[in-house]
Amino acid sequence: MLTFTLRRLLLALPTLLFISLIIFLLVDLAPGSPMSEIPLTVPPEVRQKMIEALGADQPVFVRYILWLRQFFWVEPANLIDGCFGSNLAGDEQRILSWQSRAPVFTVIGQRIPQTLTVIGTAYLLGIAIAMPIGIYSAYRQYSFFDQMGTLVAMIGFSVPTFFSGTLFIIIFAVWLHWFPTKYDTTLLVTDWPSFVLQLKQMAMPVMVLALANAAAISRYMRSSMLENMGQDYVRTARAKGMTERVVVLKHVLRNSLIPVVTVIALGIPSIFGGAIITENLFGVNGIGAALIGAIHANDLPMVQTLAFIFAVLIVVFNLIADVLYGLLDPRIRYE
Amino acid sequence: MNEQSTAIPKAQSQFGAVWQQFRVHRGAVFGLIVLGLLAGFVIFGPLFWPEVKLKVVEALKVKNQGPSLRFPFGTDQLGRDMMVRMMAAGKVSLAVGFVAMIIAIFVGTGIGILAGYFKRLDGPLMRLTDLFLSLPLIPLLLVLVMLFRDTIASGLGPELGAFLLIVFAIGITSWMQAARIVRGEVLALKEREYVLAAKSIGVPARRVILRHILPNIISPVMVAATLGVAEAIITESVLSFLGLGFPPDFPTWGRLLFDGLQYIQLYPERVIWPGLAISLTVLSVNYIGDGLRDALDPRIRGR
Repeated sequence: MLTFTLRRLLLALPTLLFISLIIFLLVDLAPGSPMSEIPLTVPPEVRQKMIEALGADQPVFVRYILWLRQFFWVEPANLIDGCFGSNLAGDEQRILSWQSRAPVFTVIGQRIPQTLTVIGTAYLLGIAIAMPIGIYSAYRQYSFFDQMGTLVAMIGFSVPTFFSGTLFIIIFAVWLHWFPTKYDTTLLVTDWPSFVLQLKQMAMPVMVLALANAAAISRYMRSSMLENMGQDYVRTARAKGMTERVVVLKHVLRNSLIPVVTVIALGIPSIFGGAIITENLFGVNGIGAALIGAIHANDLPMVQTLAFIFAVLIVVFNLIADVLYGLLDPRIRYE
Repeated sequence: MNEQSTAIPKAQSQFGAVWQQFRVHRGAVFGLIVLGLLAGFVIFGPLFWPEVKLKVVEALKVKNQGPSLRFPFGTDQLGRDMMVRMMAAGKVSLAVGFVAMIIAIFVGTGIGILAGYFKRLDGPLMRLTDLFLSLPLIPLLLVLVMLFRDTIASGLGPELGAFLLIVFAIGITSWMQAARIVRGEVLALKEREYVLAAKSIGVPARRVILRHILPNIISPVMVAATLGVAEAIITESVLSFLGLGFPPDFPTWGRLLFDGLQYIQLYPERVIWPGLAISLTVLSVNYIGDGLRDALDPRIRGR
């Protein structure tokens, strides 16, 4: 298991390097680079100095290596310095956002809590909704409940979150006035009323994302349960006189959870991607909103960094899913 | 099948058998009908509901109207007929979905066949597929559109430029599933006796692939293609929804929704119509895919 994990980790490195190269080149080679936006009134020798100062006259691969060094050495060093008060990074140049002139990672650090509160709650809620529905649908296959579950899941797949989100806004905010349309990031939870306010403003984005996730996960849960229901060990358990409760919730559920857990792990990065829409719709000031803001403001370092972070998330969670699968299912042996 | 009678049942064409199984799937038939209606509305609608060119003063008078006999879907903030816009937008949305799907299926099938059939290419091509699968798609598409929109628009005109850029970007980032499915199928087919027989009499690889392998992987490819249309339509509307898709005078359903969002408190119907159209299209396409999967699978067919 350990060797497998190590091997996968080693394999993940070239993947990450390749993705970083794609992202770097995409942004670097694109027309409309910042160098072309230096005003024409700037004299040529000053322009030349500006380009040199930014390091833009170096060959592409030198700039790529420097960017990698910033990303993988300077930024983590800064993080360690921040935690332990050491001075690993020294005065090295950090990745700066062109919008705010602040280090990109500082901005991201400010944004991540918002994303995690909303998206994390939504994902957990989605799983909590999906599990019982999936289990019961499989237990009573082709029943009315199962048919309804299939229909609702199909609709949940098909209705894009930006439409279900706008529908929620129209119904719950515009017509019923239950929840605010926009998420207020500056709200501090200090006492009971502010906590209620926080719950209220979280309700809609969380519901939208949770329903979308629940649709997919409940289907996986159902098919995984169905696969196990017909197995011999289930018949044995019933023959031994176990109650239905024990058979379904102990024997079948535990085995059915193995593939579902990996699906859940694989879904986490796409949640961050999908959250871009929800965050924009409801005005949650998280990293998805930061990405869109950076794109509209032509803030290339921010865009590069965020896109790369999304890629890292995907690779890492793929790895976690693989390792989890091996850990949970004793039949899987990677060696 | 027929135990009582010794008469051989009338031979059924493959298409007939597939159609018979497809008809049983209620959701799939519903999907086909809804998609047909939507396509008819989009393609033939403008013939019956031509755009009326209004003068500026007239347009100002009829702006922001609710549904009426003259404007069944109302008008927008510039006095444009929402019905006409819905038709025009739908045409683009559906076209994006289909063209992007065709690109994705073409690339995916090609790579899948090469990886499955030629052992030497298998490793590198599948690594490539894995790499593409770990790319963050939505952020990457947003960046692509942001960086290349203006250049391509100045070269090809804003409409064609936006269309080609988005279709190409979506197509090139969504072929991976098809490639994986096709590779799996080809790996299994390659070892079948008829392929071995063809190889042993010296049929060149190109002909083996075209004559013996390709026709046998049509079913999974068709299912993947159907589901690909739905995905492409959603991706396009996400881009348009974030304001990085089509220009406002060349709208798609996603763009109409984005435009309507500013007026959501006063005129929620402007958001609901395009959103409903997108959702219905995707829902019916997904159902058709579901039905096709059942109908094309000979193990399920005839049960």
